[in-house]
Amino acid sequence: MDVKAGPQRLVWRNAAVEAIEVLTPRVKSFRLRPEGWTTFTAGQHVDIRLTAEDGYQAQRSYSIGSAPDGSGTIELAIEVMTGGEVSPFFHEIVEIGDDIELRGPIGGHFNWSAEDGGPILLIGGGSGLVPLMSILRHRAAVAPQVPATLIYSARSYEELIWREELLRRRADDPHFRLIIHLSRDAARDGMIAGRIDAESIEEAIETARPLTTYVCGSNPFVSVASDLAVAAGLDPSTIRTERYGG
Amino acid sequence: MATRGFVGRRPSDEIGNRLPPGQYLTEDFPVLSAGPTPHVKIENWSFTIKNGIRPVAKWNWDEFQKLPHVKLTRDIHCVTKWSKFNTAWSGVMIDDILAEAGIEAPTAFTLAHSYDGYTTNIPTADLIGGKAMVATHYEGQPITPDHGGPARLLVPHLYFWKSAKWITGLQFTSRDEAGFWELRGYHMYGDPWREQRFTDD
Ligand SMILES: Cc1cc2nc3c(=O)[nH]c(=O)nc-3n(C[C@H](O)[C@H](O)[C@H](O)COP(=O)(O)OP(=O)(O)OC[C@H]3O[C@@H](n4cnc5c(N)ncnc54)[C@H](O)[C@@H]3O)c2cc1C
Repeated sequence: MDVKAGPQRLVWRNAAVEAIEVLTPRVKSFRLRPEGWTTFTAGQHVDIRLTAEDGYQAQRSYSIGSAPDGSGTIELAIEVMTGGEVSPFFHEIVEIGDDIELRGPIGGHFNWSAEDGGPILLIGGGSGLVPLMSILRHRAAVAPQVPATLIYSARSYEELIWREELLRRRADDPHFRLIIHLSRDAARDGMIAGRIDAESIEEAIETARPLTTYVCGSNPFVSVASDLAVAAGLDPSTIRTERYGG
Repeated sequence: MATRGFVGRRPSDEIGNRLPPGQYLTEDFPVLSAGPTPHVKIENWSFTIKNGIRPVAKWNWDEFQKLPHVKLTRDIHCVTKWSKFNTAWSGVMIDDILAEAGIEAPTAFTLAHSYDGYTTNIPTADLIGGKAMVATHYEGQPITPDHGGPARLLVPHLYFWKSAKWITGLQFTSRDEAGFWELRGYHMYGDPWREQRFTDD
């Protein structure tokens, strides 16, 4: 396995909030411009640090959803967790023009860049789509011939993050396949009702056996999906996981 | 610099004083792993001590169960920010493993090896002197595969990625050799109280 995170010190930087968008009833995106930001590898995350007036601090990790694009900005997509400390703050308080402290980019394993090649299989549950979206967007920009399949599970049609973009990519990109599961919603065109299952994994791997598989989401989602991928015959050493529950 | 409008859900002093910087308390038991969960059968399990490339002692599961088991209840801290208090483990202290092997720790550095190819480096001094164990039980039950069963390393005073899951051996090394996450930007030592999350923190 190749190693990409260089041994440089990660400093805290201010990032100005440039844009906020409502993506779904539970997810907002935040475009941030971190001071002195250079670049990152698709799949990486940042650590956010919030400081109260009295010095009390809270930190959380958020994946970068945008592709490394030289814009000097990054896009985060944050799902609100009821009763949570940090995600409701982003949803209820943060406004355009605010400064947020962050450091990164972080993570030298759940990454993809063009030289890694493919085919790639991406499996995401809920906000676990975020780093996979960075990979998809980056691939579309720099290596669109690399076959990519995304199996994406969300609770409902309304909760599909970046829905229009994903459907457009499916329509426009001959090397991109999209399999959508709606775990608590009825089926509709090209979208399967119910949780991710062995059938979808088999469908995803029968035409293009993945060189690398990326699985991201909540703890239980990642356990189920990566077990299914192993059961479908994929080599465990080719499966990379990122768990949001820790 | 304060973040506009942030108040936070601050813990009581009693809890706050037990939380290293940047950590929050969780009641769940989240999981951190780089890949799928290996399901290691105890019939196939073994634990090997190596000095460099030379194996010096090896136990199968039944033999390992006969080593002295003790309980260790500690707070644990994951680099992904959660901490969990009073986690109750039992297993075999590294001191007892070495005593059983009839050796003293031969070098100052150790690399822990796991069934999925994962490695992590720990200074030997942090494994001995009653600080660390190979745990086989969590809260009285065999450790589940997601949490590293059948056996995991437990080095509770360092970030939890150092407590290698699915452990199959310890290798004493002459140099401090970076393990899996340490090669990928994470700290060589990983003291939560000094917030040593990433390289050079
Ligand atoms: C590498 C990584 C990348 C991530 N990327 C993303 C991402 O791209 N997008 C995203 O949305 N998330 C992401 N996460 C998850 C994110 O870091 C946070 O865990 C998440 O936003 C919840 O934080 P919070 O402060 O809102 O909730 P927390 O305060 O941490 O609480 C989590 C849950 O526990 C409950 N809870 C905890 N303590 C209490 C209490 N005392 N009282 C009542 N309820 C409590 C809350 O109700 C809440 O539902 C990522 C995590 C990791 C590790």
